[in-house]
Amino acid sequence: MTTSAPAHQPDRKPVRLPWAILLERRLEIPRWLPVATTIGAVVVALVISGVILWFAGGDPIAIFIHIVRSSFGSLGVLSDTLVMATPLILTGLACALAFRMRLWNIGAEGQFLMGAWGASAVVLIPIVPAGTPSIITIPLMMVGGMAAGGVYGAIPGILKAFRGVNEIIVTLMLNYIAALWIAYWVFGPWSEAGFQLTAQFPKEAWLPRLSDYSSAVPAFSGLTVHLGLIFGLVAAMLVRFLLFRSRSGYEIRLIGDSPRAARYAGINVARNTVIVFALSGALAGLAGMSEVSGVVHRLQQAISPGYGFTAIIVAYIAKLHPYGVIVAAIAFGALILAGREIQPSGIPAMIQGIILFCLIASEVALRYRVRIERRMA
Amino acid sequence: MTLELVIPDPRLAVEMRGIVRRFPGVVANDGVDFDLRVGEVHALLGENGAGKSTLMNVLDGLYRPDAGEIMVGGQPVEFRSPRDAIAAGLGMVHQHFALVPTQTVTENVLIGLDRPRFRIDIGRYDDEVAELAARHGLGVDPRARIWQLSVGEQQRVEILKMLYRGARILILDEPTAVLAPQEAQDLFRTLRSMVADGTSVVFISHKLGEVAQIADRVTVMRRGKVTASGIPISETTTAGLARLMIGRDVVETIERTPFDTGPVVLSMRDVEAESDRGLPALRGISLEVRAGEILGVAGVAGNGQSELAQVLTGLRHCSRGSVTVNGVEVGNRTPRDAINEHVAHVPEDRTGVGSAPNLSIADNLIMKSYREAPVSRHWSIDTGAVRRFANRLRETYSIAAPSVETETRLLSGGNLQRLILAREIASEPRLMVAVQPTRGLDVGAIVTVHRLLLDQRQAGSATILISEDLDEILALADRVAVIYEGRLVGLFDAADADVAEIGLRMTGGMASRPPEPGDAPRIVP
Amino acid sequence: MDPTIILAAGVASGTVLLFAAVGEIFAERAGVINLGVEGMMLIGAVVAFGTAVATGNAWLGLVLGTLAGGLLAVLHAVITISFQAEQVVSGLALTFLGTGLARVLGEDLSKAGAIALLPTLTIPGLAAVPAIGPILFTDQSVLVYAGYIVVPMAWYWINRTRPGLHLRAVGESPTAADTLGVDVYRLRYAYVVVGGLFAGLAGATITLAISPGWFGDLTVNGQGWIAIAIVIFAQWGVGRAALGAYAFAAIQRLLIDIQGPEQLFGFPNPFYVNHTLTFFLGMVPYVLIIAVLVAVSGEAIRKRIGAPAALGISYVRGERGH
Repeated sequence: MTTSAPAHQPDRKPVRLPWAILLERRLEIPRWLPVATTIGAVVVALVISGVILWFAGGDPIAIFIHIVRSSFGSLGVLSDTLVMATPLILTGLACALAFRMRLWNIGAEGQFLMGAWGASAVVLIPIVPAGTPSIITIPLMMVGGMAAGGVYGAIPGILKAFRGVNEIIVTLMLNYIAALWIAYWVFGPWSEAGFQLTAQFPKEAWLPRLSDYSSAVPAFSGLTVHLGLIFGLVAAMLVRFLLFRSRSGYEIRLIGDSPRAARYAGINVARNTVIVFALSGALAGLAGMSEVSGVVHRLQQAISPGYGFTAIIVAYIAKLHPYGVIVAAIAFGALILAGREIQPSGIPAMIQGIILFCLIASEVALRYRVRIERRMA
Repeated sequence: MTLELVIPDPRLAVEMRGIVRRFPGVVANDGVDFDLRVGEVHALLGENGAGKSTLMNVLDGLYRPDAGEIMVGGQPVEFRSPRDAIAAGLGMVHQHFALVPTQTVTENVLIGLDRPRFRIDIGRYDDEVAELAARHGLGVDPRARIWQLSVGEQQRVEILKMLYRGARILILDEPTAVLAPQEAQDLFRTLRSMVADGTSVVFISHKLGEVAQIADRVTVMRRGKVTASGIPISETTTAGLARLMIGRDVVETIERTPFDTGPVVLSMRDVEAESDRGLPALRGISLEVRAGEILGVAGVAGNGQSELAQVLTGLRHCSRGSVTVNGVEVGNRTPRDAINEHVAHVPEDRTGVGSAPNLSIADNLIMKSYREAPVSRHWSIDTGAVRRFANRLRETYSIAAPSVETETRLLSGGNLQRLILAREIASEPRLMVAVQPTRGLDVGAIVTVHRLLLDQRQAGSATILISEDLDEILALADRVAVIYEGRLVGLFDAADADVAEIGLRMTGGMASRPPEPGDAPRIVP
Repeated sequence: MDPTIILAAGVASGTVLLFAAVGEIFAERAGVINLGVEGMMLIGAVVAFGTAVATGNAWLGLVLGTLAGGLLAVLHAVITISFQAEQVVSGLALTFLGTGLARVLGEDLSKAGAIALLPTLTIPGLAAVPAIGPILFTDQSVLVYAGYIVVPMAWYWINRTRPGLHLRAVGESPTAADTLGVDVYRLRYAYVVVGGLFAGLAGATITLAISPGWFGDLTVNGQGWIAIAIVIFAQWGVGRAALGAYAFAAIQRLLIDIQGPEQLFGFPNPFYVNHTLTFFLGMVPYVLIIAVLVAVSGEAIRKRIGAPAALGISYVRGERGH
């Protein structure tokens, strides 16, 4: 069609009423609208979830109050929430970064596991002898975790960049492979006395927690927040700088919007694909390191309740913005923390799904506005 | 108001009264009347953006009119979709064909029909389509897949589709835009025979010459209004029609200073390249372009023009030969290498390749300069410098937008092309590759684009202008190269070029042998 | 390690992948990717099994399980077709939702005892055909036979009928189809739901015929994702999808059997000696999927074939597209 009139609008079948409800393409998006639709979508999702819970015989109000109370009710539980949020911030950043380039990295879970493995390897192989001070051990574990996650992330990147292989399937398959890889090490070479977990790491391999300083500040006693949270916050700042203030970030955003335009602009799309996938994997790997070093203090099979998958929703709620990821991760940390006590166990996953649905449905509000027009007689 | 007794005129195939159609911010049709007689070719003449296509899309049921009435065969109609229109015997062939590339001609003809009920006996329908094609002189193989066909053949499939559905009224939207002159003559012959059969044709065009040749009557539109309604073609003059169409006497005067031969900027030797499908697209192209020169590449769509532009800009690898810009090899390198040699590119696909629709105007303007100061320093991009750079270009090139933060997809076609040209010119090109730079733009924008290209020529850059619009090439170019099936089959000095000769070569008709790969490139100063 | 048993088991459990893949082919041929197959299969599985437990009627379970998959797909259709949201994300959301919902619905089902399964059949005559008979036609579930019928029917529907012509047109070039009066939105809705029904059927096939019982997420255990990979392997062709589904399932079965014997081809079986090595055996199917996708991508580049042209792109009337 060659009409040169701007912005074609779909001709909908008319409803024979004295007025017509029209969906119109928006020409400008007000700044407040994305935030408003996100909040609106989450509220709608919670209402829908509430209705489902109510039908299932639960008391939705009580459940929601329980969630809020058991995650933000006191300094202690707030600290627990932040501990939950830490891996979500890092994996959420991993997803947000990749999704910015429209690389569907569904493999943050596997990269998280490999990161945990890489960090564990530093003390379990061991790469550093027992008794090496924290100041050496911890950075090495960070390097180990990020390297393992990064390499694991680069695999789908390379396959996508040079062979055009669908990254969704590859990252998913790699998740299963990573889980089996971990299982092999905790059942096999690193098993402690035949149990399905490794020996506890030496204290030098533990990330410092607030409670470590309770002798100096008594209020810190029992607070499990660890240095990993700082990793997350710093990473968010770095990712923000990368995306919005750097040449690479410009390339990532350009590729994400239009790979053909990016190629036209002289950008090496394949190289960026590999780099972004590797960076994404490294962030998820750091999350795995932070989890074994800051929380579990050993490698075992069940170290992730699906952080890598929840990260997808976290990234989306954040509209792929690094600082938004922090907020969304804390909210979902709360949901996971409180969700552990909710029966049936599927409810948190279900609520996550509903929230994600409402979020993507709400995007239509960004593209269209509803106009009600009186029909001419 | 007086009471009017409406007597349907049996000679009228279509009657449109007081058609109004608005788009956000624009009244595309403002109280338009139009009628089509049985058995005539009625030209609908007007510049791009005059509202011709909108009017016909309203008639075809694609758009609903905001006001006005339509009668087909004397009966008031209210089409909700093209399907309703075709049921009433009215079919439209759009400029962008509605064909499924992976399916065969017959399958494309059958899409959307109620028959067969379920099982498709493809052999039977192949025969039917072949028979219909033969009857109307529309030679095309029913078993061929659409992607294998030339643009002219695809157009025939579109016409076949409408005829198969029993269309007695045919609307053709700028049908010759994609055809070589000789193919256009074939089309005119087909239309003539169909009209003699009692079919009625609406022929949308902005070319005065062909309207005079094919039409019985002409309706002229300008800015959404009719300026001349159904005048018999014998009572018109070209100058008169032009005045009605443009609203002033002169279409466009392009003032050109004499061409001052500079050093050779671009040199292609024996370049071969494959298309996306792996078929040979360029088969031994050799040419040179000098600084301060515009070389026009004329040809029918799909003869290697896109691949030629891609090879020059590093977007496509050549399988043989060499491409040098200022002596530096850029063939078989990356787009980045071409950019480094100051090769600018105004691409054919403005929204898919030339811009990133959801990024801001500023982000789009720095696509070629984000690696350099002042936009970036080392790794980081200076957002303040970006804004200043973008604002400067926005003002210099009159890009109409609320701010440089506006998303690019919201720009009109003309403004988007200004943005692309602004960016490319700001990169100080030594070689400018412009592909279909004015397609789909309105008159004002076309003038701007032409002026900018000539300014570039004046500034001493070498320019390759690839266009399917021969008039545009003849108006702008210093030399004209004709491309056919991936070969250059003619090189003319634009000043004394013979349009008939160019047209003949565009369709593979050969007056003399084509340049062989070994030939020295002929430079016509 | 009897090849006949392995192949027969492969055909049986391959039927699950087959149904899911055929459903996804229908949706993708219409231009809509649905990554929610795993979620829809879980819902189909849990509803089918729950119904069978509650009513004792496996057939009713089959019907309701299938419908449940279709119902979930409606959600995806609304979000991606009417709201034009990103298909990839909507599919992921569907998986989350389906998984969570299935866990909620299946809360008490893991303790459920044996249920009446769908009947198995041996086809007289055909079962006696050497080699093929014992594999394909002996003691297989009725659903396995249904799979044999579905494949040619789906192929015929897509390639030889008027609805199939429209289906392909909508996936390749929705603008062209729309111009010719094909209702793009309605057809896409229809085929996304058909995809959901097939996924629901695939889930029900697990719990009612192939490996009865409810084991939470492990009931489906990633087979939805493998079905999507099979669609890519099959290059959107039904026949090749069937081949891929049966072959993949047979290989999976083979890998399980390899762990059993003390001797493997006359040597001590390493997986028997050191049990932790079986984790590597477990990786083989996933590595295989990746390897196959890499191989197919080479083939797709060489032959220049590929996904339906409009796959994954929301259709908005009046906007430029395919």
